[in-house]
Amino acid sequence: MVNVEVTPLPGIGTRQDFLSRSGRRIGVVSHRDGHVDLIVSKQDDTDACVASIALTVEESAALANLLGAPHLVAQLREEAAGVHTRQLPLSPGSPYDGRTLGDTALRTRTAVSVVAVVRAGTVHPSPRPDFTLGGGDLLITVGTPDGLAQAADVLDRG
Amino acid sequence: MHGTGISLIELGAVFFGLGLLGRLAWRIGVSPIPLYLLGGLAFGAGGLVPLEGIEGFTDIAGEIGVVLLLLLLGLEYSAAELVTGLRRSWVAGLVDLVLNAVPGAAVALWLGWGPVGALAMAGVTYISSSGIVAKVLGDLGRLGNRETPVILSILVFEDLAMAVYLPILTGLLAGATLLGGLTAVGVALVAVTVVLVVALRFGRYVSMVVDSPEPEVFLLRVLGAALLVAGAASQLQVSAAVGAFLLGIAISGSTAENATKLLEPLRDLFAAVFFVVFGLNTDPRSIPPVLGYAVALAVITTLTKIATGWFAAGRQGMARMGRARAGAALVARGEFSIVIAGLAVTAGAVDEQLAALATAYVLLMAVLGPIAARVVEPVMGLFNRRAAAA
Repeated sequence: MVNVEVTPLPGIGTRQDFLSRSGRRIGVVSHRDGHVDLIVSKQDDTDACVASIALTVEESAALANLLGAPHLVAQLREEAAGVHTRQLPLSPGSPYDGRTLGDTALRTRTAVSVVAVVRAGTVHPSPRPDFTLGGGDLLITVGTPDGLAQAADVLDRG
Repeated sequence: MHGTGISLIELGAVFFGLGLLGRLAWRIGVSPIPLYLLGGLAFGAGGLVPLEGIEGFTDIAGEIGVVLLLLLLGLEYSAAELVTGLRRSWVAGLVDLVLNAVPGAAVALWLGWGPVGALAMAGVTYISSSGIVAKVLGDLGRLGNRETPVILSILVFEDLAMAVYLPILTGLLAGATLLGGLTAVGVALVAVTVVLVVALRFGRYVSMVVDSPEPEVFLLRVLGAALLVAGAASQLQVSAAVGAFLLGIAISGSTAENATKLLEPLRDLFAAVFFVVFGLNTDPRSIPPVLGYAVALAVITTLTKIATGWFAAGRQGMARMGRARAGAALVARGEFSIVIAGLAVTAGAVDEQLAALATAYVLLMAVLGPIAARVVEPVMGLFNRRAAAA
């Protein structure tokens, strides 16, 4: 079980990282504007980073796929052509931070289904309406492109 | 006689020149602020080439620059971040405040500038430049470092301290009696508390007033609201900058992020004009007499900021190298020191030399800050090797 630490960076975004078995911190810095830096700590000075690499959304998705983490999304893409999936982050401070999935009424309002919630590196598949959402959660959603865009807006603004 | 054509040519030359200076500054790894100030000094009264006919524009543009600098400082952190920051880092924040405000105040008192001058200089030496610090941390790839949240939480605390400090300073500058001063302090504390509560509870409604899906409409509304609030605050003798700052804190969430993105280029433009105007109004001949004090302050407050970072990072369990990096990152002073000096000098309640001292001080610190952040690792490495060899 990997223990992902989430640290707020006021004015910048958040840092999510974990200590690997080889003794390095590995993780990402998520900027407010949505772009992501991949960080790897130095061997001798784990406070510092040997690399901090800016990744675009496509690049981080590609890297995630290479590492095999979002099996779920990959499976969905293969199984049903025409179905669109998107990973929607729930930012800390969103109106639904601390409220249940049912409160968002996503299915009724945007016809989008939440098939899983990724929290701190762990996947919670098929969340029920009483599942409590938290800032930093990643919602794996399925729907039409329009519905997905609406859903992103709902999660941001309520 | 100056025609519009000549004014445009002068203005164009100024902006183009600033652009070249800015490019040069980031090339050699320092903030462009000192170069803008030098540009202003060169063109102003007693400088090389006096610039005439565009004062009407540059003066109001400089004022807008201050409003935008403070508005974006307010927008930078959400009210929730400010409150969490206060709760987590108040000890380090107070150490920062005491260590870095005292040298400035002491020098002002030594030079006989009185309590108000001391308060202004205390602010000048206290406030780190969050703009330079964030830029340097990003450039050096240190955002993922473990000491970075410590550095940022100190900046957040300074931000909050400014919310209390600026109204007090402007209140004292306006009517410098003891009773007037106490009233100013009371009003300042109430205003800041009200704004924080409004931002935490009803931030969404404040945001709704300015928010719009159309970038164009949004830009006009945010800018309009900022100038309205700033103007109203100025009429109430609270200074335009303070009004804009409090508005920035009250706007929250995604509205704040979008506003920041839209306003950043405008801020950079008008802030550049502000620095030039500040340089223009400072007579270069007034700098040599205070240069010694500026150098002394630069040395002392570099050490006190490093001590602050060292202490704050130590409390969070960082190793020696991380503590040194945290200290060095905080050294830079810049835009807000100049804003404070500008407020003090335009109010006319302090010695004219304060502008010269603040200019010389910021010229040194804005250059020294990024350099300190860069050289701290090799220098510490050298120390460690010496220690290991001995």
